[in-house]
Amino acid sequence: MAEKSRKLISEKNMRTETQKAKVGSVIAKIVTYLFLVIMAIIVIFPFYWMIISSLKTLDEYRLPVPTFWPKFFDWDNYAEAFQAAKLLTYFKNTVIVGLVSTILSLVVTVLSAFAFARLEFKGKNLLFGALLGTMMIPGELFTITNYATVNAFGWMKTYTVLIVPFLVSVFYIYLLRQNFLQIPNELYLAAKVDGTRDFKYLWKVMIPLSMPTLISITILKMMGAWNSYIWPRLVANDEAHALITYGLRNSFSDTSGMTDYPVQMAAVAVVSLPLFLVFVFLRKYIMKGVSRSGIKG
Amino acid sequence: MKKIIKSFDHWKAWLYLLPAIVLLLIFTGWPIINTIRIAFLEGYDPMKEVGGETFRIGFQNFEKVVTYKRFLECLKTTMILCFTTVPLSTMLALLIAVCLNSIGPLKRFLQTIFFMPYVTNSIAIGMVFAAMFNIVGNASGITTIQNAGIVNNVLQFLTGNKDFYINWINAGSTYTHNIIVMIIYIVWHALPFKILILLGGLQSVNKQYYEAAKVDGTSRFRTFWRITVPLLSPMIAYVVITGFIGGFKEYSSIVGIFGDTMGPAGNAKALNTMVGYIYDALAGQAGRASAAALILFGIILVVTLINLWVSKKKVHY
Repeated sequence: MAEKSRKLISEKNMRTETQKAKVGSVIAKIVTYLFLVIMAIIVIFPFYWMIISSLKTLDEYRLPVPTFWPKFFDWDNYAEAFQAAKLLTYFKNTVIVGLVSTILSLVVTVLSAFAFARLEFKGKNLLFGALLGTMMIPGELFTITNYATVNAFGWMKTYTVLIVPFLVSVFYIYLLRQNFLQIPNELYLAAKVDGTRDFKYLWKVMIPLSMPTLISITILKMMGAWNSYIWPRLVANDEAHALITYGLRNSFSDTSGMTDYPVQMAAVAVVSLPLFLVFVFLRKYIMKGVSRSGIKG
Repeated sequence: MKKIIKSFDHWKAWLYLLPAIVLLLIFTGWPIINTIRIAFLEGYDPMKEVGGETFRIGFQNFEKVVTYKRFLECLKTTMILCFTTVPLSTMLALLIAVCLNSIGPLKRFLQTIFFMPYVTNSIAIGMVFAAMFNIVGNASGITTIQNAGIVNNVLQFLTGNKDFYINWINAGSTYTHNIIVMIIYIVWHALPFKILILLGGLQSVNKQYYEAAKVDGTSRFRTFWRITVPLLSPMIAYVVITGFIGGFKEYSSIVGIFGDTMGPAGNAKALNTMVGYIYDALAGQAGRASAAALILFGIILVVTLINLWVSKKKVHY
C-alpha cells in the first residue's frame, strides 16, 4: 500500500517536473527573443537615426523632444551635403583610385599566386614563408618609412601615392594561391603537353575556376579605397586627390554641437549607401574572405 | 620532359613574381629595415641624413618615448579601450550567437541585422554616434542647449527627469564619459565579426552533446559553461586574439567620433592612442615614431603569445 502510494506520488512529481520544464523552456524562449530583439534594435538604431536625421529640417532636429519620423522630408539636406562636402569630387577620386588599384592589384596577385601555386623554383617555400611573416607586422611600422619614401619620390598629393604602395597584398596572394592549389595539377601538365602557353592556361582555366576569390578580392580592394582614411590624410590631403572618407571627416570637423547635423547625416548616408548595397548584394563574397582571414572591419 | 619544364620554370617564376617582389622590397622590406634602423639612431633627421650627417646609435628614442607624458597617456587610453572592449564584445557576441543558434523563426532575419555593422565605414558611422551623443546647440560649454541629443533624451525618459543630461563628448566633458562613448562604439562595431565567427563555430558543434545533456537534465547554465564554451574555445581564442591585435591599433573609431583632434573641443589629443601618437610624430620625429611603432609591435607580439599560451592550456581540442 505504502509502496503504491509512494509510486503515485513520484509519478505525480514527475508530471509536475515535466510541466515545470515546459514552462521553463517557454520562459527561456521569451527571454531569448526579448534579448535578441533588444540587441537588434540597439545594433540597427544608428542606421535608422542617420537616415531620419538626414531628412529632418534643422529646426525639427533641434526640437527638445525628438521626433522618430520626420514631419516632412527635407531632401534639400542631400543637395546641401553635396555642396558642403564636395562629395562628387571625392567620389570621383575614390572611384579612380579604387578601379586602377584593383585592376593592377589583380594582375600582380594573379601572377604571383600562379608562380607560388604552379611553378617550381629554388627558395619558393622560404620566400612564401617570409611573405606570410610580414602579415604579422602592424602596418604603422611600414607607414613611417613609406611616408619618407613617397616624399623622396615626389609623389605627395598624386593618385600614384594612393595606388602604388598598397598594390601588393600578401593576404590576397595567399588567398588566391590556396584557390589555385585546389585546381588539379594534371590539368596544367596536360595543357603543357598540348603546348598551351602558360598565359593562355592561366586565362582560360585558372582564372575562371577561381572567379569567386577574384570577386572577393575586388570587393575588398574597392571597399579599402572607400574606407581608407589614415594614408590619404597623410599624403593626399588636398581637395583634388582626397578620398571620400577623409573628405567626409574633414568637411565636418566642427564637433562643438552647433553643426548642421541633418546635412552632416545626409553626407554620411551618401557615403554609407554603397557599402550598404555591397552588404545586401555581395555579402557572401565578403563573408568568404572574412571567415578565412580574420580581418576586422 | 619534367626536367625541361623545371629549369624553364625557374627563371619564368621569378619573372611572374617580379612586379610583386619589386613593390614588396620598396614598400614592405625596406620599411622593416629602415624603421628598425631609425629607431636606434639618436636625433635622426632625414634632411640631415641627406646632408651626410651621421647619428649616434643608442636607445635615446625609446627612452624619450617611454618617459614622454603624452605617450604614456596614449598608452593608458589604448590599454583601457583594449581591456574593456575585447572582453565585453566577446561575451556579448557569445551570448547573441548562442541565442541566435537556439531559435527557429526569425533566425535569418536577426542574423542579417547583427551582421549589418560589419560592412560599414568606421569614420562615417562614428559621426552618427557623435551626433547621437552630442548636446545639440551647446557652444563651448555655454548652456544654450536646445536638444540634449537622442542618448540623453532616452536617459531623460528612463530617469523621468526632463532636465537630466550627461555631457558625453562636448567641450568640458570628462575623460570617463569620453571613454564610455568610445567603448560603446567600439563594442558595437566589433560585434558582427565576432558573432559571425562564433555562430559559424556553433553550427558545426555536434548536436549529440546537447541531446546527452538534455537526457541527463543538465541545466541551461551548466550546459553553456560545460559544453558550449569548451567546444567553442578555439573560435573564442581566435576572436579574442584578433580583438586584442585590433584593439592595440585603435585609431579611426576615435577619429570618427572626435575628429582628428582626437578629443573633445578644447581638449585636443585627450583620447589619443598609440597609433595616433605614431602618426603625429611620423613627419617631424621619425626616430620617436619608429621607436613607438616597435614598442607597439612588441606589445602586440607579447599579448598574442600570452593569448596563445593561455588558449593552449584552455582550448579543448
